[in-house]
Amino acid sequence: MKRAAFSALISHWRKHPIQLVSLLLGLALATALWSGVQAINAEARASYDRAAGVLGQDELQRLEPRAGTISLAQYVAIRRAGWLASPVMDGAINLNGTRARLIGIDPLSTPPQSSPVDLSGDGDLQAFVLDGLLFAHPETAAQIPATLPPVRVTDTLTPGLIITDLSTASDLLQTDSFARLILAPQQSVNLRPLSELAPDLLLIAPEEGNDIARLTDSFHLNLTAFGLLSFGVGLFIVHAAIGLAFEQRRPLFRTLRALGLRKSTLLTLLATELFALAVIAGTLGVALGYLVAAALLPDVAATLRGLYGAQVSGALTLNPAWWLSGLAIALLGTAVAGAQSLWRTANLPILAPAQPRAWAIASLKSLKRQALVGAGLIALSAVLAGYGSGLTTGFVLLGCLLVGAALTLPLFLHVALNFASKFSHTALSDWTLADTRQQVPGLSLALMALLLAMAANIGVGTMVSSFRVTFTGWLDQRLAAQLYVTARDQAEATDLARLLDGEVDALLPIRYIEAQIEGAPGQIYGIIDDITYRENWPLLAAQPDVWNRLAAGDGALVNEQLALREGLDPGDPVTLGTAQFTVLGVYSDYGNPRGEAIVSLDQLGAKGAPIQGFNFALRLPETRVDEVTNLLTTAGLPARNIRDQAAIKAFSLDVFERTFTVTGALNVLTLGVAALALLTSLLTLSTMRLPQLAPVWAMGLTRAKLARLELLRAIILAALTALIALPVGLALAWVLLAIVNVEAFGWRLPMTLFPSDWIGLFIAALIAAALSAAWPARRLATRPAADLIKVFAHER
Amino acid sequence: MLQVEKLTKTYPSEDGQQTVLRNVSLALAAGESLALTGESGSGKSTLLTLVAGLDQPDQGAIRFQNHDLTQMDDAGRADLRRGEIGVIFQQFNLIPSLDVAANIAFHARLAERADAAWCAALATRLGLEAHLARYPEQLSGGQQQRVAIARTLAARPKLVLADEPTGNLDEDSSDTVLDLLMSGVRETGAALLMVTHSLRQADKLDRRLHLSHGQVSG
Repeated sequence: MKRAAFSALISHWRKHPIQLVSLLLGLALATALWSGVQAINAEARASYDRAAGVLGQDELQRLEPRAGTISLAQYVAIRRAGWLASPVMDGAINLNGTRARLIGIDPLSTPPQSSPVDLSGDGDLQAFVLDGLLFAHPETAAQIPATLPPVRVTDTLTPGLIITDLSTASDLLQTDSFARLILAPQQSVNLRPLSELAPDLLLIAPEEGNDIARLTDSFHLNLTAFGLLSFGVGLFIVHAAIGLAFEQRRPLFRTLRALGLRKSTLLTLLATELFALAVIAGTLGVALGYLVAAALLPDVAATLRGLYGAQVSGALTLNPAWWLSGLAIALLGTAVAGAQSLWRTANLPILAPAQPRAWAIASLKSLKRQALVGAGLIALSAVLAGYGSGLTTGFVLLGCLLVGAALTLPLFLHVALNFASKFSHTALSDWTLADTRQQVPGLSLALMALLLAMAANIGVGTMVSSFRVTFTGWLDQRLAAQLYVTARDQAEATDLARLLDGEVDALLPIRYIEAQIEGAPGQIYGIIDDITYRENWPLLAAQPDVWNRLAAGDGALVNEQLALREGLDPGDPVTLGTAQFTVLGVYSDYGNPRGEAIVSLDQLGAKGAPIQGFNFALRLPETRVDEVTNLLTTAGLPARNIRDQAAIKAFSLDVFERTFTVTGALNVLTLGVAALALLTSLLTLSTMRLPQLAPVWAMGLTRAKLARLELLRAIILAALTALIALPVGLALAWVLLAIVNVEAFGWRLPMTLFPSDWIGLFIAALIAAALSAAWPARRLATRPAADLIKVFAHER
Repeated sequence: MLQVEKLTKTYPSEDGQQTVLRNVSLALAAGESLALTGESGSGKSTLLTLVAGLDQPDQGAIRFQNHDLTQMDDAGRADLRRGEIGVIFQQFNLIPSLDVAANIAFHARLAERADAAWCAALATRLGLEAHLARYPEQLSGGQQQRVAIARTLAARPKLVLADEPTGNLDEDSSDTVLDLLMSGVRETGAALLMVTHSLRQADKLDRRLHLSHGQVSG
């Protein structure tokens, strides 16, 4: 009985292959986009964890300076007091144009948990200490020049990281101070407290260690949100396909029940069928997701490197857990999409009418009810925009806004078509509009998907374009100098200053120290008083006479990220390193995820911490750029240490473009999924619409003309959907710019409108709708007359 | 006005080609009515769809006024249907998205021959004046068929083709609907070709033609 019933149930798919394909494809695409994003996130997080665990920061406590570095004397004092601490040097070296992080460790005092490399082989320890052996990931090892000590390749390190002995690190980094001290887990009792021994050092707990993971959390949350949006759009297809398959089989369900099949058995068979379909589509989706992730990962890795300095491998590794989670999300999606249909079937009386209800034909009453729920969600999003806070709230707001708008769409279309019919004067236009109105329920899921995809496109497009305009203008302001020069040490910096005296309009030293700013790592810059800053530095808020007061050492400027994070306004106190300053102003600092502050150069020197960066910005006439460049290279400065304004701008814009490559790609994929939803819905409807079309054909309209009207109908619906997508997209852009970006990245951008982009998208939507309708329309135009005649001979 | 000559139509079937009509000929003058009778599968409905220009025969000719439908393309036959031929189906085949008033006027408006007064008169005569704002799904079968008749007559076709127009109705409704159809056709001066199972109904028409196994038998 069960086998016979199951075979009767699945025979439906043989008769309706397009439905089967749309269900499998919808679910596969939804799973692919979601699991692709998850794979990217998982790969990046694994890299962060490897980086965090490389010196046992995830397990061991460590001491870090509040500002600058730890001197040898401080380290010796701590050791002499009986503390088991191991010193670590940490800095950056240049490998033929790319920077790598170099960490120097003492293999003899490093606790076993924090040993980043395996030195257990014969002679390894000796080679490490005496030969200055460098350990590096294969990608990094390939970039290390032969002039450096010998290299040993290891997969356990992240790309861009080199581990070596302290003495080698000291030579390569040209320092004899330490970045931190790692504390062994077991210490003697009754030791003198570290707070007394080294009051300038901070004791960092292990769980606080993964700065990169913390900094990049918002970036990954953004990716996850877009993955979820794509998944949601895909589920619209699945929901529509399952709903239709269940509706069309209602007579069969009734017959099977009448023949003695228990309701529970019927439901079990249907659930089994859905499970099988989900497994097939899920497997396909996970495989597609791998391809999506592999294609997008290099851009994500470049973004994370450019924006956060995080090293993520560009190659994707296959993880069984990821495969399983992809399948699980496919099953979950199918369960969500099929729940309503199963529920209806469970509550279907045996003697319910055998004739299938038209697919999702919704009465005006139910459209109004649905729109009311949508309006409620939009109202909730408005409340959240006014009173909510936090990134999660931002995404809940986005969800409410998008789902709310989608739910109100069918009623909007109904009302708009009703309104248009008042201006219709021919039988054909009357019928076209009335028939289109009747089609709205059947197409509403696909149109909702199109609305979501278009709104996302407008929203993200507006955000990215606003960002691009602001960022480009900001770069022009902030990169006012014509040349940027990096000396290799203090002596060379002094020589360069002497050499350039009189050669340039202004010589602006760029100096900074690494320090704790309000309890988080950051950088404090020192600047001299110069007209360049007064004229070009982009201040968002400032106290009166800000530049004079800064030059006089009367306070500090903080970047927008720090101001938003700590709720700082001009006039508020801020703790930079160990000292307290007054906030004189807030400056925009796009692209920088960290807190940053600016004080006068004199005050930076007075803080006592080692000053880093021997950089200068040179103001000079454009016509003298080549001449000064030659002067510097003739003096022995390598060409790579001299960068002109255009090169830095190009680099910054490249980082910017790559940051949004992934969201752009997901955006396009989502729009593609929505177009597919429209195509499958139109194809499915085309077979069900013959009873509506045949009488009109019989009254003298050719199939070709009917087909053209079908095309026009799809275009009208897409155009109306695009009309509502515009305000929704702009609201989305506002939420992204004013709420999500502020929470995720720490900066707020002015919203700029780009009507030409909307026109482009509007045309693209119409083309997508026309292409989606082209196939079903062509099928109608070439349909044998016998198919239409059958309509008159059969019960509908 | 209508001349059908040696019409043959075959359809592909599982056993090869199935001949549905074989050398069928008939003639119909303006204002005349003809009943097509015969058992199920005798080819009555097929003959009607060929005369309506909805399908093409394999052999033979269909001459309506000065046109040979078998020589016309799809668009030409569609023009003829729109302007000169009205078809009434057993399943009513109303347009569900339009209300009764719009359904009645629809064919006439397509033919650019809409006459509001004539539509209103038809609605009154067919007892539909109280239902003009309703939609087809809100009407009974008999009411729906009356709307279908009104829709056809509103366009003032020269030829009305009716495929078992009362096949879905009870006996009382059938008689009422047929009487309304006959009087309307008479008033417009159209010819009527009607497929029916009922000999009683066939007797109400001017002539009767019986089809058996795709051939005229009486």
